[in-house]
Amino acid sequence: MNLTRRQALALSFGATTLAVLGASTTRAWASAEATAKAIADFAGGATPATGRITLDAPEIAENGNTVPISVSVESPMSKDDYVESVMLLAEGNPNPDVATFHFTPMSGSASATTRIRLAKTQNVVAVAKMSNGAVFTDTKLVKVTIGGCGG
Amino acid sequence: MATPKPRVKVPSKAAKGEVVTIKTLISHEMESGQRKDKKGNLIPRKIINKFTCTFNGQPVFSCDLAPAVAANPYLEFTAKVMESGTFAFTWVDDDGSTYTAENKITVQ
Repeated sequence: MNLTRRQALALSFGATTLAVLGASTTRAWASAEATAKAIADFAGGATPATGRITLDAPEIAENGNTVPISVSVESPMSKDDYVESVMLLAEGNPNPDVATFHFTPMSGSASATTRIRLAKTQNVVAVAKMSNGAVFTDTKLVKVTIGGCGG
Repeated sequence: MATPKPRVKVPSKAAKGEVVTIKTLISHEMESGQRKDKKGNLIPRKIINKFTCTFNGQPVFSCDLAPAVAANPYLEFTAKVMESGTFAFTWVDDDGSTYTAENKITVQ
């Protein structure tokens, strides 16, 4: 079959579009799925509820290389009732794992602060697991402006 | 690369049962493994991946760090002190090196 120049061009155009779409779709969704899976693994079968945990993050982060993040969970932190761990995830980063804090009753309070890297505007998720297996979660949207680029 | 230097701020005195705030910092590039050098090769990942804090040998707080933690990792947390003693802090590097610091606290 003799392909006209026009047909050949259209074919290659279509193929490239498909490839780009395929690649970008995989990349775009990789983190949202990976985030959901990380939460499910961490929660160990429990359904995360809202409440008790507060994630503090700036609304706008001027420098995506260092974004201050604070997390705090209401808990008596007694040896029968305390927060075991809090996991931080960044949905839009190439890899959603950020950090996991492990507390003990000796922590006194289940709160921690750190600085994280965010590749672009995205949701930061905090998930807390209690000593009795209950799981709580909080999410904050952080807008990231890197350098002088804006929005 | 200079040896990572830890810096810790712990109050020197506290009341029995008080919850004190501890601030820690360690100088470390936290090379994420995502960056490329001038030739286009990926710079290998090299980060602090774990931090632990104990008091008189008992675990108080620990943290697993991923490449998304910013360079010169800053960690702030609390500890409930019931007696005088020593806080011991450890940072573990991907390459197996460990960096440590110690702070004493007097509890009245």
